[in-house]
Amino acid sequence: MTGRLTRRALVAGLATSLAGCDALGRDERVRRALFSAENMHRWLQRALQDRDALAREFRPDQRSPIFRGNGTMNPGSAAYKALWRAGFADWRLRVDGLVARPLSLSLAQLRAMPQRTQTTRHDCVEGWSAIGSWRGVPLRRVLEAAGLSSRARYLVFHCMDDMGGGQDYYESIDLVDAFHPQTILAHSLNDAPLPVRNGAPLRLRVERHLGYKHAKYLARIEAVADLAAVRGGKGGFWEDVAGYEWYAGI
Amino acid sequence: MSEGPSTPPDMVRRHRLSTRLWHWTNALCLYALFTSGLGIFNAHPRLYWGQYGANFDTAWLTLPRFGSLWTLPGSYDLALSRRWHLSVALIFAFALLAFMLWSLVNRHIARNLALRRGEMALRHIGRSIRDHARLRLPTGPAALRYNVLQKASYIGVIFILLPLMIFTGLTMSPGMDAAWPWLVDLFGGRQSARSIHFIAAWLLVGFFVVHILMVVLAGPINELRSMVTGWYRLPAPRDGEDGA
Repeated sequence: MTGRLTRRALVAGLATSLAGCDALGRDERVRRALFSAENMHRWLQRALQDRDALAREFRPDQRSPIFRGNGTMNPGSAAYKALWRAGFADWRLRVDGLVARPLSLSLAQLRAMPQRTQTTRHDCVEGWSAIGSWRGVPLRRVLEAAGLSSRARYLVFHCMDDMGGGQDYYESIDLVDAFHPQTILAHSLNDAPLPVRNGAPLRLRVERHLGYKHAKYLARIEAVADLAAVRGGKGGFWEDVAGYEWYAGI
Repeated sequence: MSEGPSTPPDMVRRHRLSTRLWHWTNALCLYALFTSGLGIFNAHPRLYWGQYGANFDTAWLTLPRFGSLWTLPGSYDLALSRRWHLSVALIFAFALLAFMLWSLVNRHIARNLALRRGEMALRHIGRSIRDHARLRLPTGPAALRYNVLQKASYIGVIFILLPLMIFTGLTMSPGMDAAWPWLVDLFGGRQSARSIHFIAAWLLVGFFVVHILMVVLAGPINELRSMVTGWYRLPAPRDGEDGA
């Protein structure tokens, strides 16, 4: 009897304290404090990291047998299907915003630029990891070709997958990551053209960050001075919608 | 003892302010970290060994999602669980570092936690285990010294389990893996680190359960008061004992 009472009191106590924390998590000041820890993590990590410190690279025989997809597995729109049917021959990557020479690049042009291949680990915010070999053009080469303005601070990646209500996926990175040697625009995975579930025809690889930063189904790269005016203002689809960290090195 | 005349002679200063502050900060942190950690775990309740691991790979443990009584927040919200976890983790890690450094400086570790040579003898450990099994807790001034099992568990938690939580947690961060590549090698891969993080969290829960049990057995009011105010009432000797 006493044992049951104690247990009930314990469960009730646990539920109360959790409900208390839940309520705290809804308080605007507490949320601001919780959300500000991201800046501390970014500052600490950037202080401990060399600017060009590389993410671990693996041997090809260390790859995951199957590299799963996540998020959008197929944009599925009529426009995307038409591009896919033509082998993405009609697809173009636009590079614009704060650049001297706006570009419109075909897959063939991107493949003709200097390439980098890297076998890296993809870490999803959910907790799983997969290792795959990516090949593509370093983003810095594209930015050099476009003549990035000195006023540009961020690069916004606009995607072709509609996340609902006409909201296309998007992400953004700062210049530290944009000019990092492992930041590439990848057109192939494990020595084959990028599968649809992994972001065909082109996706971003920004290896020191969690998976949701690695924008798939790229359509346009926009150089901006400030993220506040872009879409929801938080620098990415999940950042706007769900409250994910913009700095996803954590 | 130099306490004032109003203090009964069997009341002694037991815990320093630094120990008490850290104890309660740590308790709150571990509570929030455990519950928000289970909320994060729910996003992918499978554990693997090695560098990689996802749905098509072999998991060594697959669990159903933890219910709302276990997680922070109660309803599934990966983003908010992560905000809680990563905010509190900073407080937890730097509080532990500060406590360790301060305990070295004020000789808390050397005086109260370090194992003495005689204590490591098997005969001594055996007697301590027997005393615990028979619930013969020390009385009088002897209650002021940690016994060998207490020392071992406090050392194990403070210097092994808690740092293990921090370092396996850091290994799950792709940014930290680039900054400190040795983290990945230390634990044999990010997914191994995630598994160890999960196991060590439950070992801490095990420590918590035994810790609470011992507090209850040793006199919960007295123990709680000593960890809040610092003042501890020496347990009276049992009948037929001199308390030494």
